[in-house]
This record gives sequence, C-alpha cells and structure tokens, in this order.
Amino acid sequence: MTISVLDPTSEANPPPGQTAPRLDTLKGKTIGFISNGKEGTRRYFHHLDEILRQDYGVAKTVLQTKSNYSAPADPHIVNGISEWDAMMSGIGD
Amino acid sequence: MQLSTKSRLSSKTYDCGDISDVQELYHSNGWTDGLPIVPPTSAAVEACLEWAAMAPDQLIGIEPVRERRITAEKLAINSVMAGCLPAHFPVVVAAWTAMLQDEFLLHGATASTGGCGILLIINGSIRHEIGANATFNVLGSSDRATSTIGRALRLCLINILDVRPGSIDRSTLGHPGKFSYCFAEDEEDTTWDSLSVTQGVPNDLSAVTVLAASAPRQIMNEWTTKPEEILETFAAEMRASQRNYSIWPGNYAIVIPKQLREHLEAANWTKKMIAEFIFERARIHRREWATVGKSAVVRDRGDTVYPALESPDHLLIIAAGGPAGGFGAIIPPWLGHKSHAVTLPIGACLDCGPDVS
Repeated sequence: MTISVLDPTSEANPPPGQTAPRLDTLKGKTIGFISNGKEGTRRYFHHLDEILRQDYGVAKTVLQTKSNYSAPADPHIVNGISEWDAMMSGIGD
Repeated sequence: MQLSTKSRLSSKTYDCGDISDVQELYHSNGWTDGLPIVPPTSAAVEACLEWAAMAPDQLIGIEPVRERRITAEKLAINSVMAGCLPAHFPVVVAAWTAMLQDEFLLHGATASTGGCGILLIINGSIRHEIGANATFNVLGSSDRATSTIGRALRLCLINILDVRPGSIDRSTLGHPGKFSYCFAEDEEDTTWDSLSVTQGVPNDLSAVTVLAASAPRQIMNEWTTKPEEILETFAAEMRASQRNYSIWPGNYAIVIPKQLREHLEAANWTKKMIAEFIFERARIHRREWATVGKSAVVRDRGDTVYPALESPDHLLIIAAGGPAGGFGAIIPPWLGHKSHAVTLPIGACLDCGPDVS
C-alpha cells in the first residue's frame, strides 16, 4: 500500500538576493559599515576602517550601529545606505 | 460545518512504499528534529483544518525578516508530523499567531547564538479538552497534548522558516526545550488568577502565552514557610542568571508548585504581591560581574543597578508542578527585553481580512 504524504516546507521561497555590481576601485569612495553593536565589533570595524583608508584609498567610512542587534537594521540606517558607494554588514560577538 | 479542503491542499505530495520509506524521506530531507514523525497524509491534515474551521490557504502571518508566508496548511502538516491530534491544532495556530507579533521578534529569537526555545503555556478550559498536564513532571515529558504541541512549534520553525541547526538556527548550545517546551497552568489547585488573566485575557477564554526562553533553572527551599524567604530563593536564582548569563531585564517566568504555593497562599500573597517582591529583590550591581569572571566589562559602571524585570508585570508567574516537593523554577528570557512574551486567546482573529497574495 502506498502512503501519500505532504511536503512540510514553505516550498514557495522568495528568490535569492542578487549581488550588487562590484566597484571598479575603492579609491575616493565612501564605505558604510552596519554593526550589530556587539562588543567584538568595535575593534573589528576600527581595524577595517584603517585598512580601507590606508591600504585602499577609501575617502571615508561611516559606521552605523543597529539599536537591536537581533533585529533588522533601523529604518534610518537603511534609508541612508544610498548615500554610500558600498557597504559592509558585520556580525560580531 | 465540514469544510471541503481535500481538493484545496496545495503542498507537493510524495508516494512512499511503507512507513520506513516515509521516515527516510523526512529524515533525509532534513524535515525532522531527529525523531520519527507521524506521516502527514491529506486526511490527517484535513482533519486538523476542519477541526479549526480553517481554509488551507488561510494566512496566519508573514515572517517579516525573510518574508515567509505562514499558512494554516503548512502548520497543520507539521502538527500532524509532531503527533498532534486535530483538537491540538487550534493551540498551535494560536501560538504561531502570538509568535508572529512584532514584539516577539521571531527571527532574532530563533536565529540567535543564544539558543533559546519557544516556551508555550496553556490556560483555560482547553487544557481539559486536550488533556494538557499541569502537575507531575510538568517541565519534562508528561502528556500527549503538551509534548506534541510543543514539538509542532519546533517542526514548523524547521520546515517553514528553515530554522535548522547551522542554517538559520545559529545556536551555540540550544537546550532540551527546543524539542518541546509546553505545559499548562494548574488553575484548579490555586487561589491565584491564571497567567492569561494576569496578562489581560478574560477568564472565560482559553489562551496561550509564548516566551523566547532559556532552559529552566530549578530551585529548592523546603525549610521555611515564610513567603519572603521562599521568594528570596527564586530572586537569588534570577540574580545568578543575571550574573552568569545576561544582566539585561526581560520577561522572566517562575513556576511555583503546590508545596511552596500553599505557603504563599496561606499568607494571602497574590501574584501581584509576589511580582512586586521579586521586582525589588531580583537586581544586581554591575560590579558583581567581577565575581564571576567578567571584570573586563564592568568598566566605570560598577555601581549601576540592573533589575531583572523592567517592571513587576513583566514577571510571568505560573502555578504548576507536582503536589510534593519544595521545588520551583525560574525560566530566564532569551536575551533581556529584545523579545517580549505574548499572550493571546485561542481562536482569536487578529486580522481576518482576505488573503492577499
């Protein structure tokens, strides 16, 4: 006897996100960081800022920190992303 | 009323030769929690939907971060897999409705390295209808209803939202309550208002309360009848949790079994009085972190006082447990106030508008 059973998964998944076009160069660019605000992110993003500006010629970095590290970025942070040439989102503990 | 749901089930079907094939299909696809499942046949899923008078495509909600639709059909499939009877299904639906409220922060609570489980507490007459246990071994294995309903919540997370270990679930440790973490309140054997009543639900309605919760921490004090001394033991365990786990305030639950409850009730202590006492006593100075190896983060704020509760009404007090033994338990929140407990009546419709695809 055949047992017919049902798929328990969501099945209709949203399409995966697309990778943004790569920048030709980082020189003179503004790079945004979105931090989850955990203890370990402070030194991480500080170090990253130094590397990007000193080794890659980035003009400016902007650090934004989420108000709740377990929730999506706050609307004011998301709305400001368009002012950056690229962004990095980091998870740290 | 019997809804004609059979033709409307939209999930993909798989034909299996026997029960072993069913188990292998679900295990090999990562569709289980590691335990065997009950085959979710169309008939069994339809029975759940019919019991709750729900259409298969009824939208329970949309998980906001990853935009996953939670439908009655998918909840029913996973409920059957967990072993639920049709009579259990309305509890699963109510719990998921509560979990999808913004203040619960479902994605954060289920993805976090903190590894919390979804604690579900059942109140009201439905406890008797489904046989939900509120006494012996209440935080362990106990009865069919609470074991399967709690498991259904987890299987739904795994299969509908991909909350699998190493995928969306990034728990470092997790805890055994992530298999099933559900119990009922012992409303008959107490003079206190039930949890759902203290949370604002009318006392003639059955209700669920969900809390993103760490594992229970058991206490024991069989050597006093004084309410202040009994409750000091609970408060001390909360302070220990603040020092050793998270200092931030949130919804703590405390479970008070009959032996300790009788002393409190004999002295006419209500849940409100208990909450006010615990609110005052469960708090630590930041400098206490230094006593448990966390001196690096005390900094210049050692004298700052951190209460375990933002206010007395953030304490969830539950009468439950076996009749003998001076035990109790505190159940800490996942992570302070980032997620809040949610209580909803069973069968409530928060947004009964038409489904919008």
